[in-house]
Amino acid sequence: MKDLTRKKIDSATIITGAIVIAVLLASFIAEQFMPATSMLFTVLKKSATYALVAVSMNLLNGFTGIFSLGQAGFMLLGAYTYGIFTIPVAERMNVYQYYNGGLVQFVVPWYVAMLLAGLVAAFFAFLIGLPVLRLKSDYLAIASLGFAEIIRALFQWDKLGPITNGSNMLRLFPSFNDFNIRNASGEVVVYLDTLVPLLITTLCVGIIVLLINSTFGRALKAIRDDEIAAEAMGIRLASHKRLAFCVSSFFAGVGGAMLAMYQATVQANGFTTIMTYEILLIVVIGGIGSVTGSCLSAFLFVAASEWWLRFLDQKQMLGNFEVPLLRNGFRRVVFSIIIMVVVLFFRRGIMGTKELPDLIRGFKNRRRKEAASK
Amino acid sequence: MSNMLKVKDLKVNYGGIEALKGISFDVEQGQIVTLIGANGAGKSTTLRAISGLVKTASGAINFLGRDIIPFNAQQVVAEGIAMVPEGRRVFDNLTVKENLKIGAYLRADKEEIEAGIEDIYQRFPRLKEREWQLAGTLSGGEQQMLAVGRAMMARPKLLMMDEPSLGLAPLVVKEIFSIIRDLKSEGITILLIEQNANAALRCADQAYVLETGRITMSGTGAALLADQRVRDAYLGSTAR
Repeated sequence: MKDLTRKKIDSATIITGAIVIAVLLASFIAEQFMPATSMLFTVLKKSATYALVAVSMNLLNGFTGIFSLGQAGFMLLGAYTYGIFTIPVAERMNVYQYYNGGLVQFVVPWYVAMLLAGLVAAFFAFLIGLPVLRLKSDYLAIASLGFAEIIRALFQWDKLGPITNGSNMLRLFPSFNDFNIRNASGEVVVYLDTLVPLLITTLCVGIIVLLINSTFGRALKAIRDDEIAAEAMGIRLASHKRLAFCVSSFFAGVGGAMLAMYQATVQANGFTTIMTYEILLIVVIGGIGSVTGSCLSAFLFVAASEWWLRFLDQKQMLGNFEVPLLRNGFRRVVFSIIIMVVVLFFRRGIMGTKELPDLIRGFKNRRRKEAASK
Repeated sequence: MSNMLKVKDLKVNYGGIEALKGISFDVEQGQIVTLIGANGAGKSTTLRAISGLVKTASGAINFLGRDIIPFNAQQVVAEGIAMVPEGRRVFDNLTVKENLKIGAYLRADKEEIEAGIEDIYQRFPRLKEREWQLAGTLSGGEQQMLAVGRAMMARPKLLMMDEPSLGLAPLVVKEIFSIIRDLKSEGITILLIEQNANAALRCADQAYVLETGRITMSGTGAALLADQRVRDAYLGSTAR
C-alpha cells in the first residue's frame, strides 16, 4: 500500500496511456481482419458499456462512500433519451405505431443525443438527490433502488406513450453497427463498431479519473473516510455529495445510451434491479475504489457470462464419454460458483484500491530492488 | 491584549437534553486557553458549537468582533478557526500529503499551499518521511501530528484542539504538549480541551473547569493547578 499515486506525470502514467492506446489499436486491427460475427466484438461492446457504468457507480460507492443502487434507473433515462431523439423522423410512424408517430418529430446527431442522455440522467439525479442524499448507507440504497423501479414503471405508462412509446420498444435508431463505413453498394469498408464504444468509454473514464485526482475528488475521498472531519475542514457535505451523485448519474446515462446502441432496441422492462446488481457485482469484483478494477472486471464478467462459459450449456463429448450435468442453464451455476470463489479469495476485489500505474510502479520498484541486491 | 473569542451564555441541546446550560468564557489573543472536565461535561460540544457543527439553542459566540452563531462549518473555517478533532480523525485512505491538502481546502493559492506543506514538513520531519504513506498506516502520535498539521494548513488565527493526548503513549503526550507550546510561541491562539488536566493546566494561560454543562471554576492555569478542589477532582491527590 506504500508509494501511492504521485501527481506528476511519471513513466508509469505514460506506460498506462500506452497500454490503453495499444488495446484500442489491437481491437481496431482485430475488427478489420476477424469475422464481424465473432463473440469477441459482442463482448467488447457490451463490456465497454458496463465498464463505463461500473466506473460511474464506483465514483459514488468507492470514492464518495455513497451506497446508491439507482444505476439501472439512470441508464434507462439515458437509453430512452438517446432513442427518443435519434429515431429517424421517417421511421417514427412505424415505431410509435400506437401513438400516431409520437410527439417528438425531429432528430439530433447521435453525439448530441448521448450528451442529452447524460444531462437528463444528471437532472433527475439532482431532483431525487435533494431528498435521497439526506439518508445514509442502507436507507439511501433502498431509496435509490425504489427510484429506479418507479422510473421503470413510469416509462411504461400508457399516458406517456407519445414520448416513451409506452410498453413497446424503441428501435431503428442508430446503433453501433452504423459507425461502420460502407461503400456505395453497402459493403463495409472499415469496421468501427467496436472501436467507437471503446473510445467513448475511454474518454468518459478518462474524465472521471481526472475528476477523482482533482481537488474535488480529494474532497470526495475525505468525505468517504470521515464525514465529520471533512466538514470541520470546511468541505460542504451536501453540495459535494449532490455533485458527485449528478456526475455519476450523467455517466450512467451515457452508459445507458451506449447500451441502447449495443442492443439496437430499448425497452423499459429490461432495466431491472438485476442490471444494477450486475454492475454492483462488477464493481465489487474489480475492487471498490479502483477504476482499473472496474474496467477489468467488466470485461471478465461479460466475457465469462456471455462467451467463455457458453460450452457448458450444450452437450459435450469427450471421445465417447458424454460429460454429465451439461445442459441449458448450467453455465449460470458455474458462473455463480466462480463469483463466490472470487469473492472468497479476493476479499477486496481483483485490484483492491490499486490502479494500473500503481502496479507498474510496484513492478519497477521490485526490479530495482532485485538489481540492487545483486 | 484583546479578546479574540467571546462566548456568552451559550446553550446547546441534544434532543431534549441540555448539554451546555449557558457557559461564558473568553479566549485572549496569543494565549493558550483550556477547558478541562470529566466525560460528558460538554467540552467537545462547546468546540462543535463554535465550529458550526452543532446548532446552538441560545447565547452568543463572537470571533474578532463578528457574531459567528449563524455561520456554517465552512464559513467558520474561512473566518480563521481550525479544529483538530477528537480522536485525530485523519483521512485513513488518503496519503499524508493529501490530508494536508484537504486542510487547505478553502485556500485557492496553489503555490502558497505548497509552501505551507513544506512548513508543516519542517515542523514535523516525520510527516515528510511518510509523505506518500496512507494516513491510516501512521502511528497514533504521527496521526496526531498530521491532524495538527492539517488544521494548520487552513492558516487559522484560532486553533481548537479536542483531546490531543487521547490514547497516546505518555512520551508522545509530552511531545504533543511541546508542539502546543511551540505553536503558541509562534503567535497562534489555542483553545485546548483536555481530560489530561495536569498537562493542560501546566501549559495554559487561562483555564476553565466545566462540569455537566456549566463552568464551575476559572483562573490562570497555575492557579487552578494549585487549587485544592481541582486537585481532588481532576488531578488525584498525589499530583504534585
